[in-house]
Amino acid sequence: MNRYPLWKYLIIAVALVIGALYALPNLFGESPAVQVSAARTVVKVDLSTVTRVEQALSAQGLVASTVQFEGTSVRARFEDTDTQLKARDAIERALNPDPADPAHVVALSLLPRTPAWLAALGASPMYLGLDLRGGVHFMLQVDMPAALQRRADVLAGDLRTALREKNVRHGGVNRNGVNIEVRARDDATLEATRAVIQDQFPDLVSSDAPDGSEFRLVASIKPEAARAVQDQALKQNITTLHNRINELGVAEPVIQQQGADRIVVQLPGVQDTAKAKDILGRTATLEMRLVDESAEGRAAADGTGPVPFGADRFPMRDGRPAIVKKQVLATGENLTDAQAGFDSQQQEPSVTLYMDAKGGRVMRDVSRENIGKGMAIILFEKGKGEAISVATIRGELGNRFQISGSMNIVEANDLALLLRAGSLAAPMEIIEERTIGPSLGAENIAKGFNSVMWGFAVIVAFMCAYYMLFGVFSSLALAFNLILLVSVLSMLQATLTLPGIAAMALALGMAIDSNVLINERVREELRNGAAPQSAINAGYEHAWGTILDSNVTTLIAGIALLIFGSGPVRGFAVVHCIGILTSMFSSVVFSRGLVNLWYGRQKKLKTVSIGTVWRAGGKPPAIKAD
Amino acid sequence: MEFFRIQKDIPFMKHAIVLNAISAITFVAAVAFLVLRGLNLSVEFTGGTVMEVAYEQPADLAAVRQVVESLGYADVPVQNFGTSRDVLLRLPVLAGKSSGEQSEDALAALKAQNPTVELRRSEFVGPQVGQELVEDGLKALALVIVGIMIYLAVRFEWKYAVSAIIANLHDVVIILGFFAFFQWEFSLAVLAAVLAVLGYSVNESVVIFDRIRESFRRHRKKTTPQIIDNAITSTISRTIITHGSTQIMVLSMLLFGGPTLHYFALALTIGILFGIYSSVFVAAAIAMWLGIKREDLIKPGNKASEVDPGDPNGGAVV
Repeated sequence: MNRYPLWKYLIIAVALVIGALYALPNLFGESPAVQVSAARTVVKVDLSTVTRVEQALSAQGLVASTVQFEGTSVRARFEDTDTQLKARDAIERALNPDPADPAHVVALSLLPRTPAWLAALGASPMYLGLDLRGGVHFMLQVDMPAALQRRADVLAGDLRTALREKNVRHGGVNRNGVNIEVRARDDATLEATRAVIQDQFPDLVSSDAPDGSEFRLVASIKPEAARAVQDQALKQNITTLHNRINELGVAEPVIQQQGADRIVVQLPGVQDTAKAKDILGRTATLEMRLVDESAEGRAAADGTGPVPFGADRFPMRDGRPAIVKKQVLATGENLTDAQAGFDSQQQEPSVTLYMDAKGGRVMRDVSRENIGKGMAIILFEKGKGEAISVATIRGELGNRFQISGSMNIVEANDLALLLRAGSLAAPMEIIEERTIGPSLGAENIAKGFNSVMWGFAVIVAFMCAYYMLFGVFSSLALAFNLILLVSVLSMLQATLTLPGIAAMALALGMAIDSNVLINERVREELRNGAAPQSAINAGYEHAWGTILDSNVTTLIAGIALLIFGSGPVRGFAVVHCIGILTSMFSSVVFSRGLVNLWYGRQKKLKTVSIGTVWRAGGKPPAIKAD
Repeated sequence: MEFFRIQKDIPFMKHAIVLNAISAITFVAAVAFLVLRGLNLSVEFTGGTVMEVAYEQPADLAAVRQVVESLGYADVPVQNFGTSRDVLLRLPVLAGKSSGEQSEDALAALKAQNPTVELRRSEFVGPQVGQELVEDGLKALALVIVGIMIYLAVRFEWKYAVSAIIANLHDVVIILGFFAFFQWEFSLAVLAAVLAVLGYSVNESVVIFDRIRESFRRHRKKTTPQIIDNAITSTISRTIITHGSTQIMVLSMLLFGGPTLHYFALALTIGILFGIYSSVFVAAAIAMWLGIKREDLIKPGNKASEVDPGDPNGGAVV
């Protein structure tokens, strides 16, 4: 009766092998490394970069364990952190000859030392959370009402223009909060307005809101349109953040949307947190200026004269200089959107820019007086400007205007991206921030694992002493549980935090409960005079129902934490839940497998080694057991 | 080795009233402390900034306090954290200043006072996020309670569900009472520990209830209190050993886990110790008072279950 069919042993063996394989990478530790990636989209990182890195290192007499091209970056691993730091400087000097304009991001990082054969299987060590690695975590909240207000601004301007075109004499189109109010003298005007809105403004829905004796219409943005605005604002901000974070030289930044209006930014391994905060909080860096078309300006553009007074010089994408007046017409704050598309008249690739009310007014005034002149858009990165677009003003501009000509569709897309990147769609505010110094990170790991190891050792010692051979089986099951837990966490690449390690310790403490239940039950059966084989069988059977119930209740608590938890608590909940599941498998199936292997075949089993089976009342036992 | 050489069933239920009175008194005391003193909520719930700085020598707390006050913060908690060289500061939310600026100003001022200071960790939580975390914590608690009650009602019977939840919430309140009394910091991690304890505690009660169900089936002649006594006595060895093992793990965390895990481990310890009491005595007693009977668990008319497993002739048909 205590025989497992072969397939069950196979399952256990396979689980053991897989568990061991996927838990193994965690033992290899990490090596200090330098990671080289592209700082700008035009820079290519490939095998030739590998050669350059190797040359830079050998020129300084530095030895790297390996230099490889992985994914989108070149990674060089070193033996110790001293070599790593020197190597970083050497590579930085070699690959970025102009420190003011770096082409590559050369970052310090810690890379796992997983051997190639393991990595080929997809095994990698557990993903360590910030409190174990050190680094910075921000949660930013996007001011959605502001984004909606800007959109309402744009729409109000468009509505004004549309009404003028249709000759509807209104008494005022104004933005009120996130809605647009249109006043009129009579109902016919309102009717006409309503028609215009219905025809030309699919995003707006109008409703009458009479204000005393005045006729008034309130147009509000439809919920789907509002959601689209919010989505777009969030994505635009994420793009902007991406570009800014690249400057920091962080190896593996995490930038994610969380919920409808929040962004989470995690920068592991960042030492200089003040700089990180500064860069994230920077304001828009886009400027629109008129081109200096005077004789001196043109001479300066040709290179035959100096930059005139009252003008600035900025390089264009193709290297030629653009001479622009110092006066700033509008900034990125006034730019609400930029979309690539096709010119309505000539089907040329173009970029449409949307400005807010203030920007639109400025554009209108300036363009009316400067038709035929050039206007440049300057993008400031790290304090240095680049003229990303110089176009001729063809007509009166307003809230919305197009730049077209001499671009192919790829360039148009790039330009739209750059325009969006240089401006924030809506202001962001840091609502949560966590900085962990690197030394604390390493300390936390050590503390966590010490507590797990010592607790484990004491429990194992106790179990073996109290339950003899069954105790040994229980301890082996516990070890198997730990291996399975670590391997599942490594496979899922779930984030391990300090509370997560605590959850590991707790899971082990709770897992032993199942084995104690089983062992005590077997002892009880033996005490009541059952034969050893049937005692083992009965023990496992009776205990299973209780084990299931108790694990499910603990699992309910774990799932609740998983749903409502965040940050480190989430790390705790993940390990907790996985630990319960692995413990059900290891305590019951694995330990039974071991017991069956050992005792199963012995038909005339007389004794089992389960420690003292004490009987009350001094009755001589029917079957002896010790 | 056998620690539990128990001759016969210990008559626990005879003392049910006394046991429950003790637990009721501790419960009331815990609630009183919670109301009077309130919990020392961490920055995660209240919002604000926490900074942990390390000095090379044992830190001069008075000097640090002075520096902080000179920045304009009144009555800021400044204390040692772990070792005498580590100092923990808690700055309240300042309108108009971002957290980054707050912690930077503070660090600059501290550096001016003692250049060897090093920032080990800083945490800022906006008040809105703090509020949300409180709500999420309460929702998690509610979900756990409802989930467990449903599960127990299905597996056993509603009376068991009710008694388990009452007894184990009592545990949770006692832990909170301890935290209120000693004004230990109540952080998100401690909340996680409390919820884990709730699950673990119910786990205990389930083992007892399972045994009660089995005893109802097996011992037809015993009365309900006797059944309960039998169930508790036969599982007492397992209860003590399991709690002991889990406590060993938690003790290891207390000793080696460092200050971050300290309160977490404390919450777990209290939960484990009081858990034995509440899950075993209180839950069973409340179940008894709610009137559990053999018939609740064993459906009438089911011929198979009327067979007494202890009867050698059971099931025999002539």
